[in-house]
Amino acid sequence: MSIKLENVTYQYSPDTAYAITALDHVNLELRDGEFIGIIGHTGSGKSTLVQHLNGLLKATEGVIYYNGQNIYDKDYDLKDLRTQVGMVFQYPEHQLFETTVFEDVKFGPKNQGLDDKEATLRAYEALEKVHFPTDYFDQSPFDLSGGQKRRAAIAGVLAMKPAVLILDEPTAGLDPKGRDEILDMIAEMHKKSGNTVILVSHSMEDVANYVDRIIVMNDARVAFDGAPKEVFRHYKELETMGLAAPEVTYIMQELQAAGFPVSVDATTIQEAKEEILKVFR
Amino acid sequence: MSFIEAKQLVREFFRRDEEGNIEGVQVALDHVDLNVEQGQFISILGHNGSGKSTLAKHINALLSASEGTLYVDGKDTADPMNQLAIRQSAGMVFQNPDNQIIASVVEEDVGFGPENIGVPSDEIWQRVEYALKSVGMWKYRTHSPNKLSGGQKQRVAIAGVMAMEPKCIILDEPTAMLDPNGRKEVIRVAHELNEKKGVTIILITHYMEEVVGSDRVFVMDHGKVVLSGTPREVFSQVDVLQKYRLAVPQATKLAWELQQAGLAIPSGILDREELLEALKACR
Repeated sequence: MSIKLENVTYQYSPDTAYAITALDHVNLELRDGEFIGIIGHTGSGKSTLVQHLNGLLKATEGVIYYNGQNIYDKDYDLKDLRTQVGMVFQYPEHQLFETTVFEDVKFGPKNQGLDDKEATLRAYEALEKVHFPTDYFDQSPFDLSGGQKRRAAIAGVLAMKPAVLILDEPTAGLDPKGRDEILDMIAEMHKKSGNTVILVSHSMEDVANYVDRIIVMNDARVAFDGAPKEVFRHYKELETMGLAAPEVTYIMQELQAAGFPVSVDATTIQEAKEEILKVFR
Repeated sequence: MSFIEAKQLVREFFRRDEEGNIEGVQVALDHVDLNVEQGQFISILGHNGSGKSTLAKHINALLSASEGTLYVDGKDTADPMNQLAIRQSAGMVFQNPDNQIIASVVEEDVGFGPENIGVPSDEIWQRVEYALKSVGMWKYRTHSPNKLSGGQKQRVAIAGVMAMEPKCIILDEPTAMLDPNGRKEVIRVAHELNEKKGVTIILITHYMEEVVGSDRVFVMDHGKVVLSGTPREVFSQVDVLQKYRLAVPQATKLAWELQQAGLAIPSGILDREELLEALKACR
């Protein structure tokens, strides 16, 4: 069970003077149950990449296999793929439209052809998963706070029970506490359900804190692919790509340069703290 | 009189049912007192729904107060006759650069504002040049905005406001949609305009790192200003900020954690240089 990309190339406006290669012979395997972070500067191809994973964009060249099946085969059911690979777009709350939160979350499963009872069950389950307060189930989604709207919108995708969940910058515009709550919720869900989760993010700190594997996109190619510690070791190259390492990585580098016997591998505050305290004990 | 002076400012939003009867009242600003001097760099922090953006929209008269007074540049925002003048002296930049750029060429976009208020052609071009050079986008003047990066677009949006020759620019989460480099660019330009051109800056943000260089920080919660001071004063109160759903910069957080673990590190460390010095002193 995995998503496998073989030599995937994608061009916007191919065969014209405005042709832009957004993906350039990308080879990747996204294994079942992984928690993956995708980072890259604006225009590096990360959103184009994730839109291929549920067939929203079709590769100009190359093949994508979902669980061993070529999704570009003539008789492949793309509609089914889209329910298997759920996508939460940027600012998902802009897509809320129903009169109540509950109805909005129910829309997805109903659209999948489930009967009312099953859809109700799914909606209830999904709202519970995102810790949405029961009191607000019948509220209009437009009267909610930013963080709650985002939860409701994410629940709408979860209600379709996707095996793979893609989130494109799920925390943009949220306050720090809201950011932590959404990411904690996603991490908890990942742990419980064992689903594959793919997180597209501009925040190096968030990525360092939560994911097991980072894919760095740069100029339409995969620049780095590995555990956060391995990837952030290349912080100088990341800077030339318009990215950075988490602030603590720089702190550890500077401490080492100043003669402190610390390892520079720390990417989270907790790790940095332990590493520094070792020196003073 | 200060450049911006808010006294007991109250703003209520009413929720109405289908017949127009009032169902509920939400107090977005709750007796806010706030002074900003000309030339200051101010940051406003607060969780989603704390009233930051509502306050910002009062400063350039997009919204008017339910109670209390607000003077901007000596003018009362409650007087409709002052609205245009206030919007010229206090310009606003929003979160999404794509919603603010309207023309198909960068220099035309920047020139739109002054043209709209009837500035003579020669002067428009002077202002466009001045504004684009101020934000470091002069060499992109003939480019199409949709080919620019997020940070560059946001700088063009700032230039569009600069061309109105404002005394004050309000930036409402200008970096929320940008990558790390774009964020740095925008914050650097805001500081440059403040230092070199003397523009008063009001920055609303959720990124704690961006606040460190401000003269003063205001923290809002439930429509009230609950904390204010220099970045050092505000970020010394790690646990108080957490109560208001906020955080502190990573270096500050790490310093605080180390202090809690018993190291002799002073409170209110703001950046990694300070942390490094403090750790060297501990040795």
